[in-house]
Amino acid sequence: MQPTLEQKMWMYEKMVVSRRYEEAIAAAYMEGKSPVFNMANGPVPGEMHLSNGQEPCAVGVCAHLKDEDTVTATHRPHHQAIAKGVDLKRMTSEIFGKANGLGGGRGGHMHLFDDDVNFACSGIIGQGLGPAVGAALSQTMQKKSGIAVAYIGEGAANQGAFHESLNLAAVWNLPVVFIIEDNSWGISVSKQKSTAVEKNSVRAAGYGMPGEYVAGNDPLEIFKVAGEAIERARAGKGPTLLELQTSRLAGHFIGDAEGYRPEGEKDALEADDPITKFRSHLIEQGDATEQEIENIETAAQAQVDEAIAHARASEDPAPEDALTSVFA
Amino acid sequence: MSDTKERKLTIARAMAESVAQYMRKDEKVFVMGEDIGVLGGVYGNTRGLIEEFGEERIRDTPISETAFMGAAVGAAQNGMRPIVELMFVDFFGVCFDQIYNNMAKNIYFSGGNVKVPMVLMTSTGGGYSDGGQHSQCVYGTFAHLPGMKVVAPSNAYDAKGLMNAAIREDSPVVYMYHKGLQGMGWLGTERGATVNTPEEYYEVEIGKASVVREGTDVSIVSLGMGVHHALKAAAELEESGVSAEVVDLRSLVPLDRDTIRASVAKTGRLIVVDEDYHSFGVSGEVIASVVEHDISVLKAAPQRVAFPDVPIPYAKIMEQFCLPNADKIVATYKKMAA
Ligand SMILES: Cc1ncc(C[n+]2csc(CCOP(=O)(O)OP(=O)(O)O)c2C)c(N)n1
Repeated sequence: MQPTLEQKMWMYEKMVVSRRYEEAIAAAYMEGKSPVFNMANGPVPGEMHLSNGQEPCAVGVCAHLKDEDTVTATHRPHHQAIAKGVDLKRMTSEIFGKANGLGGGRGGHMHLFDDDVNFACSGIIGQGLGPAVGAALSQTMQKKSGIAVAYIGEGAANQGAFHESLNLAAVWNLPVVFIIEDNSWGISVSKQKSTAVEKNSVRAAGYGMPGEYVAGNDPLEIFKVAGEAIERARAGKGPTLLELQTSRLAGHFIGDAEGYRPEGEKDALEADDPITKFRSHLIEQGDATEQEIENIETAAQAQVDEAIAHARASEDPAPEDALTSVFA
Repeated sequence: MSDTKERKLTIARAMAESVAQYMRKDEKVFVMGEDIGVLGGVYGNTRGLIEEFGEERIRDTPISETAFMGAAVGAAQNGMRPIVELMFVDFFGVCFDQIYNNMAKNIYFSGGNVKVPMVLMTSTGGGYSDGGQHSQCVYGTFAHLPGMKVVAPSNAYDAKGLMNAAIREDSPVVYMYHKGLQGMGWLGTERGATVNTPEEYYEVEIGKASVVREGTDVSIVSLGMGVHHALKAAAELEESGVSAEVVDLRSLVPLDRDTIRASVAKTGRLIVVDEDYHSFGVSGEVIASVVEHDISVLKAAPQRVAFPDVPIPYAKIMEQFCLPNADKIVATYKKMAA
């Protein structure tokens, strides 16, 4: 399965928007946090998990999705949210804790909910898997055509919820695609240290579903494999497990000193940046001219700047708003 | 305590020191949890341990809380003394079965022929905008369930003494440390938590509260971070001629009801400060300890300064609105005394 030119350019654009977005968020995050780094300070307080390097996993999968399809994401959700079409301004306002944010400032960066495009994320490892199965169940019971994608990190494949959810989706033959973004680290603990198998994709066999490992952090390869899995799901042929090799170019969260990384790992990852590689590919293949690529990059930056400016200019919630919206 | 030699430690260091000293003398003690090895714990409380004791006794786990919590129960019943870390207490949801249906009940079910000598250490608390799944205290949730002792230190001296007592204990102990008190700069620094801490072994008895400031007009009872709010409020109240007593519970299970009752019998007024949710929790229990014992000592209805019954909001302005603080305590006293 090959992407059309339009899909290719869409993937590139979303990857660039995502990267520029993380850079802008990182800059805003650091405001008010020096000389003393205290998470509580600045316009964007709390923990911040960036997705730099993992963009191919977001676009290669979401390129196949429609608004009615559900995505459940993790504590590292920005790239997936952008690829799923979450409103960037409302998302940014949420991250800045503003009243016009997706959750009115109640959720924050680990709790982005956009019902318009069926996107949700959460902060506890493995938490989104069950709800993705449920969304798929709901679509099936309602005889609707939507499917569900559950994103997790490779560390989450050791959580009980992972195994239970795969089994449940398989016994009920539900349209779910389980996506593991394998950046090889769960905070400071390597995949090798924490995981009994080299590839989590082999675990699919235990639940009677197809499983595939996609190496290379390449959006085109991911597009192809994810496309087939999503087609299977849409055709009523049940769930699939995909593990996508990717790279975490940033720390686990901003402020992580990353002392646990082997020497040279970070440099090697940076030299292998998926966006740079995809850009070269597009130009070499004649898919886009330098000028067209530049236009995409300029537009991406503008879109990000606009979202950040929007969030900064937006009103804070009233303190008492904390007490509202507990029940429907 | 020798006052000649000041040795101020953060709670993080006091916890690590207690564990290291214990591990040197008892090879049955070992530690497991997420990122407690090379990283030294997200909150610094296992720093230096892997360098000294190696990977056999300082075990980084997969993100598999049900499995390693259950493994701690099994190892404890089998002759070891595990210390297991749940990185944020909020994550209890994924492994609560092992905690409250196994860890907390097996001594009882076995009529005491099985022991469960384990320490479950876990971080609590918010105030730095980490959102509603990384900021809770849920003290009441843990204290409510019979079969596990629960402690929550407010300073490094108690942190070390309680950890020593917890490791020596043959029953499971839930050790709840507040992130804002760890002395990790990136989580803010409450100076009052970093205090003189003796190097030699000592214990703080589990189940004994401490009167950390004496007074005659009102008893402010709290734990963890709340103790520091209470002390600030007491200093403020003093300026307007009010003498506040501050009781640091230190342990929730067993709860030192005698110390609470004695304090309120003296002052006649009770304010409970609790960062946990308002309803069905520690604050209600402390008040009940007094009122079901003797209401004649009360000059005013007891009050609580606690987190309202809502999930913890992310935005700073909303979270700070919800959290207890010294101003709220002072205002509460003024209403009571009016
Ligand atoms: C149940 C649970 N345990 C532990 C954590 C703390 N935690 C947050 S992210 C993380 C590592 C996750 O690794 P992985 O799933 O590979 O995702 P990545 O961070 O690499 O994107 C851990 C242990 C958590 N949020 N929830």
